Amino acid sequence: MPKITWILHDGRSISAEVAVGHNLMEAAVANSVPEVIGECGGCLSCATCHVYVDPAWYEKTGGPGDMESEMLEITSAERRSVSRLSCQIKASEELDGLVLHVPHI
Amino acid sequence: MADPIIIVGTGQAGAALSAKLRVLGYSDPLVMIGEEPVLPYQRPPLSKKYASGELQFERLLIRPPGWYAEQQVEVRLGASVASLDPMDRTVKLDDGSVLRYAKLALTTGSRPRLLPAELSGNLGGVFTTRTVADVDAIAPLLVPGKRLLVIGGGYIGLEAAAVAATRGLKVTIVELADRILQRVAASATADYFRALHRRHGVTILESAALDRLVGDNGQVAGAALKDGRTLEADLAIVGIGIIPNDELARRAGLVVDDGIIVDGLCRTSAPEIYAAGDCARFPWRGVSTRLESVQNAIDQAEHVAAAMLGAQSDYDPVPWFWSDQYEVKLQIAGLNRGYTDCILRTGKREGSASIWYYRGDALIAVDAMNDALSYGIAKKLLEAGRTVPKAAVADPGTETRALLSA
Repeated sequence: MPKITWILHDGRSISAEVAVGHNLMEAAVANSVPEVIGECGGCLSCATCHVYVDPAWYEKTGGPGDMESEMLEITSAERRSVSRLSCQIKASEELDGLVLHVPHI
Repeated sequence: MADPIIIVGTGQAGAALSAKLRVLGYSDPLVMIGEEPVLPYQRPPLSKKYASGELQFERLLIRPPGWYAEQQVEVRLGASVASLDPMDRTVKLDDGSVLRYAKLALTTGSRPRLLPAELSGNLGGVFTTRTVADVDAIAPLLVPGKRLLVIGGGYIGLEAAAVAATRGLKVTIVELADRILQRVAASATADYFRALHRRHGVTILESAALDRLVGDNGQVAGAALKDGRTLEADLAIVGIGIIPNDELARRAGLVVDDGIIVDGLCRTSAPEIYAAGDCARFPWRGVSTRLESVQNAIDQAEHVAAAMLGAQSDYDPVPWFWSDQYEVKLQIAGLNRGYTDCILRTGKREGSASIWYYRGDALIAVDAMNDALSYGIAKKLLEAGRTVPKAAVADPGTETRALLSA
């Protein structure tokens, strides 16, 4: 299973193996990653699962879709060029080792 | 050992409350009591991704099973509270056990309103959709060609219709009012969803009063309408609103009026007892208000957590909601209660549109269909307590982004 690492604003990190096909919001909640909330359950309605993809990985995750990009306009933390809603990124073997930075809200 | 905080109700609000208490540093005992036999889970995906088999139940859990032990949260499932004694600060469970609390939260949620027996005839094959058990009962029946009758054209009924139509059922919606979504949205929004459902082959009957469901061997076989029309059906889903679970509070002598009455700090009329979520009625912008939404369940529960630990601010949310039907995502910011007029804006994407609700000159809510940008901008405006001139919204030449500074 691909290993995903979340780096928190205070420098702590949490790593977990995530089943292929699971989205990275639910993986964060399952692993008690603070500040990834996922209020809407991953249906692209709340923008509370905002993460910054590590720039080294952004090419592999790709950018946001249209609706996701619009939702990124209302995140609590500032939007950056590597911003994504983690409910829209699915774990895959290609993303083994992925690093996500969790904004402080 | 200190008496615990007891949370009665293990829905979205109860789960959010327990988590927030721990995040805020509350370290004394914490007990959750829930009637359902399963850990807290998300309800919105039930009728969609869960019913279709795309998501297993484990993936609906709000917290993984190990979280409760880790966080030292005692969870009593399949247990119901028979009575509550605010003087004694105790609750008595159905099994006779008595627990004392330091503080108590009622997050008892709500239940679907049922058809009266004289209309439903107590027939089999008539369902509501709220719990995982409800959906487990319906899911095997959602097979192509079956005829589904949906009683009620609100969001619950429309979502059920969309799921069933997508799976190849023949769906008829019966709505008593003169249009669908009458209680919750403007006619422009209703028009949008009526057209959407009709494109997917759903029959919508408005101003259609149900006389009674008709049965065959104890199973629903159709319906008779008051105007004499008859409909055939293999199953029926009833979505005619919800009822707050406020009976426990009422029996305990708390002030209750279509929901448990709380103040700005979410305190009920009894000492050390709070309430949050669907079951709670709170003062909001000068009006007694009860919200039925995930947003409110979470935000109000988190407010209770803070209030229990001494915070003094009033709960003052910007409500938001969503509904998924077919390929359309409806997002609602604000509450359109008491609107005086509304403006329809057509979005850039095909099928995208937004309805902007005003009370006088004040923007109070927006329904956005496949238009997350309008939703987001409205949410930002409402959170900032701002409005936007109607003329700017009504002008198709105004860029949506520019509405933030219009």
